[in-house]
Amino acid sequence: MGTTPMGTTPIPFDPRALRAPHPVPGAPDNWRRFFSFNTDAKVIGIQYIALALLFLLVGGLLAMIMRGELITPPADLVDPSVYNGLYTMHGTVMLFLFLFPILNGFNNLLIPPMIGAPDMAFPRLNALAFWMFPVFGVVLMASFLVPGGPSSSGWWAYPPLSTQNPLGLLINGQFLWILAVAISGVSSILGAVNFCTTIIRMRAPGMGWFRMPIFCWTALAAQTIQLAGLPVLTAGAVMLLFDLSFGTSFFKPEGGGDPMLYQHFFWFYSHPAVYVMVLPVFGFFSEIFPVYARKPLFGYHVVAIASFAIVLLSLIVWVHHMFTSGTPQWMRHVFMVTTMLIAVPTGIKVFAWLATLWRGKLWLTTAMLFAMGGVFNFIFAGITGIMLATVPVDVHVGNTYFVVGHFHTVIFSTITFGVYAAIYHWFAKFTGRMLYEGLGKVHFVLTFFGAQLNFLPMHWAGLMGMPRRVASYDPEFALANVLASLGAFLLGVAMIPFLLNLVSSWVRGAPAPANPWQAIGLEWLLPSPPPAENFEHDVPTVVSGPYGYGLGHPLVADQARYEARLKEA
Amino acid sequence: MSASGSTASGSGPGPAPGSGSPGRGGPGIDRGAVLLVALGVGLALLASRWLMAQVPRWLPPQASTAAPLVDDLFALEVGIGCFLLLGCTAVIAWTLLFDRADKYDRDDGEPIEGNLKLEITWTVIPLVVVMLIAAEAIRVNGQLASLGGKVRVAGAAEALRLVGVDGVEGVPASTSVPSTQTSQASQPSGPQAPKASRSWFSKGASPGLGVTTVTNPAATNPAADPVTELGPIVVIARQWSWEFVYPDGVRSAELHLPVNRPVRFRLVSLDVLHAMSIPAFRLRQDVVPGSVIDYRLTPSREGRYRLRDSLFSGAYFASNQTDVVVESAEVFERWRLAARRSPLVSSPNAAAELWSQRQERGNRGWATVPPAPPPLVNVPLDPNAAHEG
Repeated sequence: MGTTPMGTTPIPFDPRALRAPHPVPGAPDNWRRFFSFNTDAKVIGIQYIALALLFLLVGGLLAMIMRGELITPPADLVDPSVYNGLYTMHGTVMLFLFLFPILNGFNNLLIPPMIGAPDMAFPRLNALAFWMFPVFGVVLMASFLVPGGPSSSGWWAYPPLSTQNPLGLLINGQFLWILAVAISGVSSILGAVNFCTTIIRMRAPGMGWFRMPIFCWTALAAQTIQLAGLPVLTAGAVMLLFDLSFGTSFFKPEGGGDPMLYQHFFWFYSHPAVYVMVLPVFGFFSEIFPVYARKPLFGYHVVAIASFAIVLLSLIVWVHHMFTSGTPQWMRHVFMVTTMLIAVPTGIKVFAWLATLWRGKLWLTTAMLFAMGGVFNFIFAGITGIMLATVPVDVHVGNTYFVVGHFHTVIFSTITFGVYAAIYHWFAKFTGRMLYEGLGKVHFVLTFFGAQLNFLPMHWAGLMGMPRRVASYDPEFALANVLASLGAFLLGVAMIPFLLNLVSSWVRGAPAPANPWQAIGLEWLLPSPPPAENFEHDVPTVVSGPYGYGLGHPLVADQARYEARLKEA
Repeated sequence: MSASGSTASGSGPGPAPGSGSPGRGGPGIDRGAVLLVALGVGLALLASRWLMAQVPRWLPPQASTAAPLVDDLFALEVGIGCFLLLGCTAVIAWTLLFDRADKYDRDDGEPIEGNLKLEITWTVIPLVVVMLIAAEAIRVNGQLASLGGKVRVAGAAEALRLVGVDGVEGVPASTSVPSTQTSQASQPSGPQAPKASRSWFSKGASPGLGVTTVTNPAATNPAADPVTELGPIVVIARQWSWEFVYPDGVRSAELHLPVNRPVRFRLVSLDVLHAMSIPAFRLRQDVVPGSVIDYRLTPSREGRYRLRDSLFSGAYFASNQTDVVVESAEVFERWRLAARRSPLVSSPNAAAELWSQRQERGNRGWATVPPAPPPLVNVPLDPNAAHEG
């Protein structure tokens, strides 16, 4: 990988892909296609994103009930057992039903047009992977309705707590939770096979590795982690299911098992899972900054390679979640060092983005604001991440609200900011309508300040010693929690302009030109929205790198012809 | 828009490839820019130093020998992190102020594609910084030396047998030790500490038990410390109560410790994972079912502090907290002697109260196992005592 010399690139594009029969003949051409088994990656992408945003609302609602409970020290709004179910489902919904699916949606929308492919390598597999999403979504939501309520052992589902099964029923919340996670894992593996194959085999002529947009690099890196890690989590989930329902004792000490084993299975995947989510967002940042700073991405090659450095390191850091599990000292030191090393490739990316901004000509669109805000938050989260990687500090603040503040700064204030940036950047391309910038900026301001108010005080509460996952707490933590709750409600309010914008712009927004941001990239040489098979048989030949802002050379051969065709349309 | 920015961003003769470097100097920038960057670095250093001085205000009192070590390491990271954050924020703020395109300006910026020297610099410097932090953390961690060995056991019954505690209230018949079924265990002349201590590693070293190696030489060698070690105190965690069994058999729902004397614990969980977290001590250790974990610390400040369960353990996890009372050697000794004479009583237990309230309301809520019966102890928990941190 990466050994291809620049300039003389082989042609990886496989013309047989063009003859694949998609979209499915007879598929409806109106809004109904979004509710059908459609094999068009652009339809699947929008299906993923729309459903994921619906679950963002569900997860956000759960969060607001939790913050309502936590606005006062005692457990007075909901019973502690209910709080535990709410926080478990909040985490599970946000990860498995919001972030993973919405990023898969962007993979579907962006990868084929960015590399000039007509569709995914395996369109039917792609549709199958998508349709598993509503299935495990329904399974997980159904767990609210079963006797005893949903899983309430946290999204880690550590045994023996997760296998206690208080009511002794076969179908219980924990059972459905494991089932949903396992189906989600299978769906993600199918998706990963598809994305990797597409990126490796279906790039346009002339698009060597080092002419590929960074988003495709990061998507490939993230999906490599999925292929390496998800089987491990799925195996752990199957064993947990057997312990829970069929009396095995993989993780029960009474039967010779060990609960620590599960923690290794779980974190071997679930720490890299953070990189599965953050890497594509690094890709968004790398795409968005050059467009709105009007400059080439600084240090393209290094930024590209750093993605795979992150992949390698991400697979050998998982024990930092287990520093106080009785892990021997030497092992704690090894995993502390590997964890800290991740700061190097991520630092390279951050500095490259800052250098891209430096002396640019910044257009402060909503997409740019969310991207810049996301990077700022990520720098903060990176610093607290180094603190958490340090064993003695982790011994004090691990499993406290410091960790909650840290990972929400990553997962919300960085990853979700990046997702918002991507929505504002590519909405016009894939719907053919412009989003309204005014509402977008209201959304950004409310979200940025809401996030700081929500997550900064959590760090303070954690330093004072407030454990995470509590339904009630000592009065000395009251101020931090009031602030955090106010921030959470502000984030809830911030969703109103966002949703209003999405719906009204799609229904009656101004028609979008093919390239509203004067961006460079194959997807911007297509009409908005792109036709079903993108370039179809007229795939352009790429002749230069992806971020030629100010360099004055064309991206593809015969660029004038492609641009003229857009003007006709 | 770029009037005041012209000192640095409107660069000198010929935009050399390196002139796009964000912050902290570089070749090809004029003297005004160098001065400005030097001033910024100076201010950032001052701000970082100031923030480091604020660290104690965010933290509970330092009540163990570990606390100053942890706090100093944390303050160091706060200082480095603050400097880095200010540097990056300055670059972002600068571009926001001075690098914005004018309203109808659709031109491209300067096409800087990279700068090898700069890229090497920002690879090597973070690498060196994090490795230095890691080295310092390893040094500090060696001084903490709190984690001892771990012995694998097949469940709660074997764990209690190994640590020599019997008659734990409400242990289900299936897991209790047949020979110690008597719950009248008020005879203080129970298992003696030195004996248990001696038998610890030889017992653990028997083949098939999967002993992890002891990583801290000091922990195996109590003689290294001039003050004799107290313990081992057996810490019994369960859903949802804490119980502390002292070497002379005293049972307490609060953890009383003499100040400035090393103390050793054996951590036992009877059901699920828990973690013993004492923020004022800056120490936390998971309590793992299927393992008996050896742990060691030295309190250094008298006072009453919170001990919290910090690894999620189910419905009443949040209520699973008690107090650590650090007192002078004399007061501790008086407390211990009084405790030996006290009868066993059921300790007030928040989880049990919440559970009975739930039953009164018709058992509404989502499924949970019922709380284990509150521990029978010589010293019950005082739920109304004020704690410091």
